[in-house]
Amino acid sequence: MFDNIGQMVLLFWRTLGALPLAWRQRQKVFEQFFEIGNASLLMVCMLSFFIGGVLSLQTGPALVERGLPSAVGGIVGLAVARELAPVMMAILIAGRIGSAMAAEIGSMRVYQEIDALRTMNINPIHYLVLPRLVAIALALPMLVVLAILIGWFGGATVAEINHHMAIPFAVFFGDLRSMVELKDVANGVFKTFCFAIIIGTVSCHQGMATIGGPRGIGRSVTKAVVNSIILIVMFDYILTRLLLH
Amino acid sequence: MNSPAQKPDGVKLEVRGLRKSFASQEVLQGLDFTVQPGEIFVIMGPSGSGKSVLLKHLIGLEAPDAGEILVNGESIMTPEIAAKYRMALVFQSGALLNSLTVGENVGLYLTEHRLKPPAEIERIVREKLADVRLSEAIHKMPGELSGGMKKRAAIARALVIEPQLILYDEPTSELDPLSSVVIGQEIWNLNQNTRVTSLVVTHDRDLAFGVADRIAVMDGGQILTIGTPEAVKAFPDARVQTFLNADFKREPRFKNI
Repeated sequence: MFDNIGQMVLLFWRTLGALPLAWRQRQKVFEQFFEIGNASLLMVCMLSFFIGGVLSLQTGPALVERGLPSAVGGIVGLAVARELAPVMMAILIAGRIGSAMAAEIGSMRVYQEIDALRTMNINPIHYLVLPRLVAIALALPMLVVLAILIGWFGGATVAEINHHMAIPFAVFFGDLRSMVELKDVANGVFKTFCFAIIIGTVSCHQGMATIGGPRGIGRSVTKAVVNSIILIVMFDYILTRLLLH
Repeated sequence: MNSPAQKPDGVKLEVRGLRKSFASQEVLQGLDFTVQPGEIFVIMGPSGSGKSVLLKHLIGLEAPDAGEILVNGESIMTPEIAAKYRMALVFQSGALLNSLTVGENVGLYLTEHRLKPPAEIERIVREKLADVRLSEAIHKMPGELSGGMKKRAAIARALVIEPQLILYDEPTSELDPLSSVVIGQEIWNLNQNTRVTSLVVTHDRDLAFGVADRIAVMDGGQILTIGTPEAVKAFPDARVQTFLNADFKREPRFKNI
């Protein structure tokens, strides 16, 4: 992976340079945006509900036992907004959308479609990478805002129905409101934006670098997902460290 | 046989001392040849002789280690000069974008470069598809087309840029004999109608001798001979004759497999 970091940065830099052309490519951006949303919405809803729920289940009884039932909403709210929703959704999207990007571009590379674009003086970065990167950078933060809200709802639901906690919605959300600031949600969304850039860049780069036949496409897909996840976790630490200060 | 001198609209292509190596293998070993304006020039040779690599150099997808490529006397090694000339490559596989319809594929160059309004693009797309007798496929996806239809769609896509030089990479590979004849006719008709300089890379002897003004035979990254079809047929080199005359009927051992 680290051999290719330079190439990935170069690809990102060239895509950034082509950003003024994004409006011209708006139709493709919209198609990709719709594809990402359509493919991920249900999974995001289910995953975030149960993430909030399990967090509530893991922390709630212990806090209630120690006489701190009002802390459950705050802990679940902070954990979901700052960490769990951004990271889990990014990993989900890396697997669902990053793999699809790498497979599609890799297939185009293997079957000479990218060469065909070049012979028509169509820059593959403008035509293929730019719309995907812009779409994922817009879609993922929006999905994470939704994931945060559903995660909170999942946490609150479990806190209320679990007989070890039985914390009413109003208490849960009252505590959540007192502990979670808009800044916490904004930080989570900002981290997600960075993760989206990572997923888009890594996946498009792997697709563009595909060699060989169907086996090569398979290798690119695997590398795209694995490298995205590794970089997401690494950058999660770096960004968390920076944002905490 | 058509005379290149009667077809002045295409460009003159010159390849001088072209060399290319991949790792330790020298794939192109100093190629020299000239294609006259409006000529159909066929490069033949067995698989692995360097034909497709040569095409990639001509269209700018590969850079040579040495040598140069001239169009109308100007080196096209710099993108600025290359951009002056309209060149198109018809890929072996067709290389149509699978996510677009045939019509969208054919109009892609005009759409992406915003060269014409949408209605005009549609008119041109219909016209070019009609030229290759593929009008009915305008709304189909490439996956719905036969191999021959894909290649005809790829030719239509190449024609949209009104090329001065059109390169064909194995245009009849993987096609049945009838489809091969159709593709050969398309190459011939386009050359006659548009006066485009055509360079065809193939190992299909019927196609080569059917359409070529001149033929070059390549092997091992070298050109063995260049001449009219008659001259190439009579060329007394064992490698050329082996390639031109290889035939199942003369290899009885195949009948026993």
